[in-house]
Amino acid sequence: MSKYMNRSADIGEFAPQDDDNLIICRCEEITKGEIRQAVHLGLWTMTEIKRFTRAGMGLCQGQTCSKHVKGIIAKELGISPLELDDVTARAPMRPTDLRVLGNEVSSDE
Amino acid sequence: MSKYVADVIIIGAGISGNSAAYYAAKKGLKVIVLEKEMIGNGGSSRNGGGVRISGRDPREIPLALYAVNNIWPYVKEELGIDCEYDRCGYMVCGYNEEHKKGIAKRVVDAAKFGIDMELLEGDAIKDRCKYVSDHVTVAGWTPMDGIADPLKSTLAFYIRARELGVQFITGEKVVKLNLYKGQARQAVTEKGDVYEGGKIIVSAGYYGRELLNTVGLDVPIRKRLIEVIITEPVRPLFRHMIGGMSGFYGHQTKHGSFVFGDNSGKESFMAHIKEELTIAGYVSTVCSHLGTDLPVLKDLKVVRTWAGLTDMCSDGVAIIGNVEEVPGLIINIGCSGHGFCTGPATGYVMAQLANDEKPAADISALSYERFDLGEK
Repeated sequence: MSKYMNRSADIGEFAPQDDDNLIICRCEEITKGEIRQAVHLGLWTMTEIKRFTRAGMGLCQGQTCSKHVKGIIAKELGISPLELDDVTARAPMRPTDLRVLGNEVSSDE
Repeated sequence: MSKYVADVIIIGAGISGNSAAYYAAKKGLKVIVLEKEMIGNGGSSRNGGGVRISGRDPREIPLALYAVNNIWPYVKEELGIDCEYDRCGYMVCGYNEEHKKGIAKRVVDAAKFGIDMELLEGDAIKDRCKYVSDHVTVAGWTPMDGIADPLKSTLAFYIRARELGVQFITGEKVVKLNLYKGQARQAVTEKGDVYEGGKIIVSAGYYGRELLNTVGLDVPIRKRLIEVIITEPVRPLFRHMIGGMSGFYGHQTKHGSFVFGDNSGKESFMAHIKEELTIAGYVSTVCSHLGTDLPVLKDLKVVRTWAGLTDMCSDGVAIIGNVEEVPGLIINIGCSGHGFCTGPATGYVMAQLANDEKPAADISALSYERFDLGEK
């Protein structure tokens, strides 16, 4: 079961920061500011942030940015990153051609 | 004494629960939403994003029509968040005479509800979508069908409901409902917290069944696994939704990636599904079907896959509404894999029921009482 979170708890107002335009998710070009703003909209888990902003949803599937995303969310919520669950790792491990996955013969075509 | 008291307690933060919370809060009701996992973690986020009217059971058409005509076109304006609703049309591909008969029947059925649907053959198929292969010999076209982003839509209703003062508590698993003088009154959580409401809405997908059992109700539903593949983003190829009689269904998102689900044929026989797991054979099935009907997709890379569980009802449509046996209880369960399109309408109607209003869409054919065995 997920961690107990009362989404009405006060985390303060969104305060702009100098490095808000820093790109955190390079695949989808999502900035630190976009992630922080999403937290202030009430999205308090890695999965919700991913689903709303697309951070971690690109070609590398968050292998590059997820640690940073987690740190940003945790800081905004004033909790330890350890308290946030990771997003589910999704198959395939590397982007794979649809023709390969759908190949019905064992010898090369 | 309960710690938490509200006019309405909603169990389940999916698209129906979130939109019910949003519309109820707009009516001035005090609402608490309890969710055992996180926001939108069930079928609301795990579906193909189809906002489809075609091929539906006649019993759920009034609700689906309400969603497609009265809610989806205005969601962006209402919520101020682009949920990417697009009335882009739906093309269903067939390969033989039997499929042609099936599509022809759908055309006739759709006409009964004033829904425009067309049977396409020969050149008309490629005129509609030049990317389909010669494997496709017949097709159905429903211009009224569309798509929306399930992830954004589900979260958008949550975001705005929360802003209206709805209290959402996640990681709070309700394990029991309590009656007071025969009325649904309390939701008790695993931790022992008690939430008290004038009305209780159970909109918790498959899990709702266990909860209903605690007040002596049961519904004939089972779990069914669905899986979806997502490709890398590419330039826009076609805007409409497409499905095939081989089982696949999907579309290209505004972002550029293609999202496709399918039926591998095994889903109905998987009796002990506990988790959302992707199964290797499934991905091969969808990729094989897609390669046959839409060869242009063969060169795209599959970036990720996901799985989800849907709550299939024994007669194929959701159970929505008040329950005669337990006054004060409103249920939404057994959406059978097509609850995303109707979700915001279900929420709208449930908010009306919670406020003792007459529902805007006719949901009488979706009642819990339809399973009663006794004579009426």
